[in-house]
Amino acid sequence: MTAASKTSQIGFTTQKRIRKVITYVLMTALAIFFLFPIVFMFVSSIKNNETQVMADMSSLYAFIPRGDLGFTNFTDVFGRMEFGRLLFNSTLIMLVTVISGLLINSLIAYALARLRFKGRNFLLGVIVALMIVPFEAVAVPLLLLVNHLPWFGGASSWLDSYHVQIIPFIADAFSIFLFYQFFINIPKDLEEAALVDGAGLLRIYWNIILPLSRPIFATVAILQALASWNRFMWPLMVTRGANVRPLTVGMQTFFGQDPRIWGDLMAFAAMITLPVLIVFLLFQKWFVQSVASTGIKG
Amino acid sequence: MAVTLPGSKRLNPGRSNEAFLAWLFSAPAIILLIVFLVVPFIMAIVLGFTNQRLIPNPNLPTQLIGFRNFTRLITDEAFLRGILNNFYFVIVVVPIQTALALLLAILVNQKLRGMNFFRTIYFGPVVTSMVVVAIVWTFLYNPDAGMINAFLKTVSFGAIGNINWLRDTRLVFPAIMVLSIWQGVGFQMVIYLAGLQEIPSDLYEAGEVDGANKFQQFFYITLPQLRNTTIFVVISTTILAFKLFDQVKVMTDGGPQNASMTTMLYVINQGWGQLKVGYASAISVVFFLIVLMVSLIQRRFLREERQVQ
Repeated sequence: MTAASKTSQIGFTTQKRIRKVITYVLMTALAIFFLFPIVFMFVSSIKNNETQVMADMSSLYAFIPRGDLGFTNFTDVFGRMEFGRLLFNSTLIMLVTVISGLLINSLIAYALARLRFKGRNFLLGVIVALMIVPFEAVAVPLLLLVNHLPWFGGASSWLDSYHVQIIPFIADAFSIFLFYQFFINIPKDLEEAALVDGAGLLRIYWNIILPLSRPIFATVAILQALASWNRFMWPLMVTRGANVRPLTVGMQTFFGQDPRIWGDLMAFAAMITLPVLIVFLLFQKWFVQSVASTGIKG
Repeated sequence: MAVTLPGSKRLNPGRSNEAFLAWLFSAPAIILLIVFLVVPFIMAIVLGFTNQRLIPNPNLPTQLIGFRNFTRLITDEAFLRGILNNFYFVIVVVPIQTALALLLAILVNQKLRGMNFFRTIYFGPVVTSMVVVAIVWTFLYNPDAGMINAFLKTVSFGAIGNINWLRDTRLVFPAIMVLSIWQGVGFQMVIYLAGLQEIPSDLYEAGEVDGANKFQQFFYITLPQLRNTTIFVVISTTILAFKLFDQVKVMTDGGPQNASMTTMLYVINQGWGQLKVGYASAISVVFFLIVLMVSLIQRRFLREERQVQ
């Protein structure tokens, strides 16, 4: 090897190393940008003294847990708001919406993907068309509609209830589409064998399709759970008291209350964020996969 | 499927039975979609031509008023401000968010140590509720000595400072754009990441053999291969931009002087706040037509691509 080519090789590796350092510096800078509001929120929430929260917010001290630390802000939140109630509401609404949505959307998708019946193509076309209609476009007429819908026990309006926050979001055209796309790619052999054995269609759905389709169920569950947990506009319109309100609306009400104590607000924000963040860190791969799968739309 | 095996039943249990079960399986979803999507959608169109109120006034019965809602829209400054702001948002946020998402995706797609860690951090804001994001950023934008003012004061050596971000008619909307990008870009990053991982690696190998440098590889291999992904990202971000609501409702409620008004915020403020369901429905129809147009453009682009292939 000649001396010249050797030096060029050394030059090449140092160049590579420099590029690597630049990459990491850039990525760290970006990481700070995405992380600082969240760190700021958590650190401020455990500072008991509001004057300190305000004094620290204009310097790097905002990111350092110092001074009188503890959970006073958190207990304040429970004292000033029915936080437990709000948390229960959000959780209940999310669970019922997601579970019934999984069942109902996958059933129709299974029929569309596997069963032959008149009107199948038409139905599929309608579902695809409905994906374009955003909930936002129908929110106001829907408000008028649910205001006059009857419910069991003689109620003449759906306002201020759990079901008004659940039922309109169970069936979802996009979830149906995701299920459909997954089901048509499952090989038919297993189902045919089961049919020969005399299994009914519901049995086949339950015993064969469901176990094979765990990834798509996880995907739809995550997307729907996130949407439900973070939903704000609709519950704002259809709930008045704290009784059936979710956390998001409760947080906005809390934000509007005087006096505005930032320590308390950050504690409230931390308590909404923490459960989702923990679930996200545990099932990260699934979250990323869910979001990636939305890219096939269209 | 309907193969008849000797000595066994037909594979397909009776045709009519299958159709019955299919409709049975589909019925719950169909009913829910009709009641909560199709019916209100038709209602929006019909109500747009009436003066319907949420709580009808017995002295003023609801009646058809023709195109009066729509002609009123043309001169409604708050509505026009809302639509303009949505376009403003699209023009600024869509290119920045798309480019940033692509940059992040390329960065975390490298075969280097710690990429999962960075991906997690960049994606974190996506799982954070927008209401939380809006409130935390309101704190960051604090006019007296908020972190953003303090930061700008430091990097500008005191030249900039004490800006009242959310009360300044020119700054309030850009301020909201920043946190919207911060919250949303991780989502598009993941979609780009999936797109990047589908590009066959032999394309890059061939490129390297031909002596293409990293930049040439990016412009002649990566970008063209990501065409569909980019169309999807641009269109979905555009549609999201037209749905803009949560952050403006929480942070400013459209103020000051409608400077941060958006179409959706105006729909809700009119229909739910002022109880003017008819008028809000008319705006909803306009909103839907915009979303429809954007969606059709997407489908057209993607179809062209399919024909080329």
